[in-house]
Amino acid sequence: MNWKHDRFWGVLATVAGVGLATPVVAEQQDARIGDAEAGKEVYDLCVGCHEVGPDAGNGIGPHLNGIFGRRAGSVEGFRYSKGLSREGRLGMDWTLETLDAYLENPKALVSDTRMSFDGLEDKADRDNVLAYLRQFSDSPQNIPESAPTGRAREVGLSQETLAIAGDPEFGEYLSNECTTCHRIDGTYDGIPGIVGWPEEDFVIAMHAYKRKIRPHPVMQMMAGRLSDEEIAALAAYFGDLE
Amino acid sequence: MTLNRRAFIGTGAAMAAALAAPAVRASNHGKPRVIVIGGGAGGATAARYIAKDSKGEIDVTLIEPTRMYYTCFFSNLYIGGFRDLSSIGHSYGTLAQSGVNVAHDWATGVDREARTVTLAGGAVLPYDRLILSPGIDFVEDSVSGWDVSAQNKMPHAYKAGSQSELLKAQVEAMPEGGRFAMVAPPNPYRCPPGPYERISMVAHLLKEKNPTAKILLVDPKEKFSKQALFEEGWNRHYAGMIERIGPDFGGDNVSVNPDEMTVDIDGVVEKVDVCNVIPAQKAGRICEMAGITEGNWAPVIPHTMQSRVDENIHVLGDASNQGDMPKSGFSANSQAKVAAMAVRGALLGSNVFPAKFSNTCWSLIEENDGVKVGASYEATDEKIVSVSSFISQTGEDADLRKQTYEESIGWYSGIVSDMFG
Ligand SMILES: Cc1cc2nc3c(=O)[nH]c(=O)nc-3n(C[C@H](O)[C@H](O)[C@H](O)COP(=O)(O)OP(=O)(O)OC[C@H]3O[C@@H](n4cnc5c(N)ncnc54)[C@H](O)[C@@H]3O)c2cc1C
Repeated sequence: MNWKHDRFWGVLATVAGVGLATPVVAEQQDARIGDAEAGKEVYDLCVGCHEVGPDAGNGIGPHLNGIFGRRAGSVEGFRYSKGLSREGRLGMDWTLETLDAYLENPKALVSDTRMSFDGLEDKADRDNVLAYLRQFSDSPQNIPESAPTGRAREVGLSQETLAIAGDPEFGEYLSNECTTCHRIDGTYDGIPGIVGWPEEDFVIAMHAYKRKIRPHPVMQMMAGRLSDEEIAALAAYFGDLE
Repeated sequence: MTLNRRAFIGTGAAMAAALAAPAVRASNHGKPRVIVIGGGAGGATAARYIAKDSKGEIDVTLIEPTRMYYTCFFSNLYIGGFRDLSSIGHSYGTLAQSGVNVAHDWATGVDREARTVTLAGGAVLPYDRLILSPGIDFVEDSVSGWDVSAQNKMPHAYKAGSQSELLKAQVEAMPEGGRFAMVAPPNPYRCPPGPYERISMVAHLLKEKNPTAKILLVDPKEKFSKQALFEEGWNRHYAGMIERIGPDFGGDNVSVNPDEMTVDIDGVVEKVDVCNVIPAQKAGRICEMAGITEGNWAPVIPHTMQSRVDENIHVLGDASNQGDMPKSGFSANSQAKVAAMAVRGALLGSNVFPAKFSNTCWSLIEENDGVKVGASYEATDEKIVSVSSFISQTGEDADLRKQTYEESIGWYSGIVSDMFG
């Protein structure tokens, strides 16, 4: 298909690829878990024991419908190893992270698991099979709290974080996400005003949310995906606003 | 690292302009023209942002038949008695003052070849880019026995305004100890927690005025959003009042008889006093008329919300099939800003930054007992994916729940001023 925008995005990615700006490179990474179609083939290694899809039931292993977000060892009517049941009682849920570790080496997670599987060494194979399996758990469109279907790009804290000069124009664009809740005229109405917040205080607060030191879950989520540069840009924009 | 992003963006924008500038502009007109169909959460936001950020360089026309938009968000709170109707109605005067040309009419046709939109009043308007945010319509025959002509006897109240008023009046007029039924919709539908917040608000109203009344929730879905939170709240606040019949017990095999006021659940006929039927949903009909739907929804390219069928059209909000974002006002507002940026980039060559999306849905279970669920999202070529999510916890203390409710009031005033100015 010949979408102009595809070419555009292709170009963006290429430019970023030659190393002009690290944060942008990070943003251009595909947020998908993996390639579900390729994962279907990897899943051939599993089908002997695990059913998935409509009408799937337990076999040698438990069925894998709804595995994402499920407590470990919790499928009714399936007899688990002691180890797996114990992990479940201790509060282990199947998430992208725990499943990835389990698939890489089952014994790393559960010492006496009955899953006799050597593990998938190749990260891409694991990503792909997890992308395939994710399709058979709740959809976030219908159940927004269900397990993520992608991976957030990594944003690391750099040394010079506080020294980054914010770009207010970029900040204005980014601020669109803030103004859904925080009123741009600065009034307090159940949600605090952020207009005219001193730049440095803004940066410190946003990093505290990002590191989950400040407790508010919505703000942790919003700040968690902002790069240092983006936080600086927002601080510059809101700091100047009257 | 300092500002190499700036340099990079400059390059990107230049290329964006070179690659994405339209070959032909609408008829002999200096400025590029954007038409937005639907003045709701997606459309009003998009119109406002394009007008605001293009500083008069783009002609923006918003087509919306109603003069007063009643937000579906908080319409359940109106039913519960926490808001009055006028507080959820918004007119388009401020948008008009900020440079959006508001035409109160229906769009009745889109000619994608000629790039024109026809209005019910007869006008034919040319566009360079068209934005469609018409919300939902109902799938015919999805609840056997019900169609739109029965909506006065069995209201849906899933488009806010007179329908919300009607449903509230019916609940208030229920006989002592009477029965309220809701037929909940199958996935996907607008506002995943919406039907369950409504059950809570109806229960609140009945608890005050008619405490021996009963609520029957007939649901084709095995599970629903915030289920543990709602069920905990229903037990705590409305013990013994609400019964839910899921698909295991025939909740997915329902028909209604509006004249008899009966609901047939898997062969068992129940007589009720009020019946709130929320049918299955599809993209607003104008999408189908424009020929951009696949199945019930209009598929879009996640990075820009452009239709996969026609790159001169963007589809926002409930009508779009974008992947993993729930159909909500928050989502539509978030998508509108991404589309507004893409449209300006394409028509004026202005900066285009990578898309970011987010959503949070608050629900009120009982007075001062608010909960929320939210997630952030990123665009991939295939669909919008969710990358992190959170949800209120069961057992939270009353102060936190009250704070969550107050936050929702703040969000409401934030989003409506973001939409309408
Ligand atoms: C009971 C309930 C509670 C909700 N609560 C929340 C909540 O708390 N938070 C939240 O985020 N979301 C909530 N929502 C969901 C939210 O209302 C919708 O997801 C949102 O309105 C979608 O925006 P939209 O722009 O796609 O459509 P709408 O906001 O429905 O706007 C569509 C507009 O298009 C117009 N239109 C349609 N066809 C045409 C045409 N042919 N020509 C011209 N105009 C046309 C319509 O008149 C309408 O004004 C709730 C919904 C319901 C039903």
